[in-house]
Amino acid sequence: MIGIVNYGAGNIFSLTAALDRINVSYGMINSKEDFDLYERIIIPGVGHAGAAMQKLQDTGLVDTILALKKPVLGICVGMQLMTSFSEEGNANLLNIFPLKTLHFDNRIGHKVPHMGWNSIKIENNCPLFHGIMDNTYFYFVHSYFIERDEKSVGASCEYGLPFAAAIQKDNFFGVQFHPEKSGAFGEQLLLNFSRF
Amino acid sequence: MLAKRIIPCLDVKDGRTVKGVNFVDLRDAGDPVELAWQYSEQGADELVFLDITATHEGRKTTIDLVKAVARQVNIPFTIGGGINEMRDAEILLNSGADKISINSAAVRNPQLIDDLAKAFGTQFVVIAVDTRFVEGKNYVHLRGGRDKTTIETENWIKEAESRGAGEILLTSMDHDGTKNGFDNGLLKKINDHINIPLIASGGAGSQQHFVDTFLDANVDAALAASVFHYGEILIPELKSTLRSNGIIVR
Repeated sequence: MIGIVNYGAGNIFSLTAALDRINVSYGMINSKEDFDLYERIIIPGVGHAGAAMQKLQDTGLVDTILALKKPVLGICVGMQLMTSFSEEGNANLLNIFPLKTLHFDNRIGHKVPHMGWNSIKIENNCPLFHGIMDNTYFYFVHSYFIERDEKSVGASCEYGLPFAAAIQKDNFFGVQFHPEKSGAFGEQLLLNFSRF
Repeated sequence: MLAKRIIPCLDVKDGRTVKGVNFVDLRDAGDPVELAWQYSEQGADELVFLDITATHEGRKTTIDLVKAVARQVNIPFTIGGGINEMRDAEILLNSGADKISINSAAVRNPQLIDDLAKAFGTQFVVIAVDTRFVEGKNYVHLRGGRDKTTIETENWIKEAESRGAGEILLTSMDHDGTKNGFDNGLLKKINDHINIPLIASGGAGSQQHFVDTFLDANVDAALAASVFHYGEILIPELKSTLRSNGIIVR
């Protein structure tokens, strides 16, 4: 069973619908005790990273998340929360990954947000991409990105500059794209995570 | 590389898909959920549902339809029609819509764009603009192209961007239903002046029209309805044609 951290940052209808489609059961995590009910944890997230971090802190679940040894997957802003800092709201974050979340503006000549389907390059044999080929397209919607770091990158993507499409460190994983909206390969990625 | 998007548009009325020729003659083209699923299987990159009767009959977009699509379809989709206030948008968000598209309500109350962007993020807010060329200028039109406003299209789109629109869906009422191609002149002019994605709409009749709008206007996405609904253009073939013209597609 997958536990979804329910901290009020964005709508999770699409995520639960995707888990339903691949027959993976799930429940909501609202308290520290709830973490014991699940083998794997997803931290979703849409919207403003600074505001999302504030909401996560308000739940009182941060220390428990940091101490988790179970597989954890952050999606989009949920991934960015795992970095040390975001330029969005100049917020200090969970610092699981010693990386920064930066704004695309003024760093690239392309339109912002980076919106649509972009191809990724799988790196460091990231197990999230088991059965998924290099150059597979995933659906992205974001204005902030995580720097590509040789050690922790699980997949990279290019939009005016190279950035991390996926990150991994011990039991913590993150994806910048939306697997729940990325067609059959997105569902494959969620299925892979459900089997860790 | 970021791929150019192909977006089938499903105009819905009473839970069924319809497509008006110049927005007047409505023809039935099937069950929207079934169509949506088929399009995602064929390789559509995104879907747009427009409740075309919503504006002048005051009807709200069917929440059940949104939920059914969100449950069954694994690509992003936008809902438009009948969204007049924050509450309408919030219900759609919580029903699984990835984006909403606003047309008349934003023209009547531009502040709504700011409010929606602030509450739900710019990525959630698509501003749909119906434009028509009148006496040498492009003007925003309302009510499915029936009512001309005094607002020039280019000015309105820039204002919408500055207020927090995440994307522009521009429909040329002069081209819509003609199958003579997209209005690439106008699209290019608009695209050169904005820094958010632009979706071309109105006039698709052949695969070449899609090639042209991506090459000539460099739009981010192209939307069409009847050519897809009636099988005149098949998405896998269209993507193959685009690819052979050097256009990046998924």
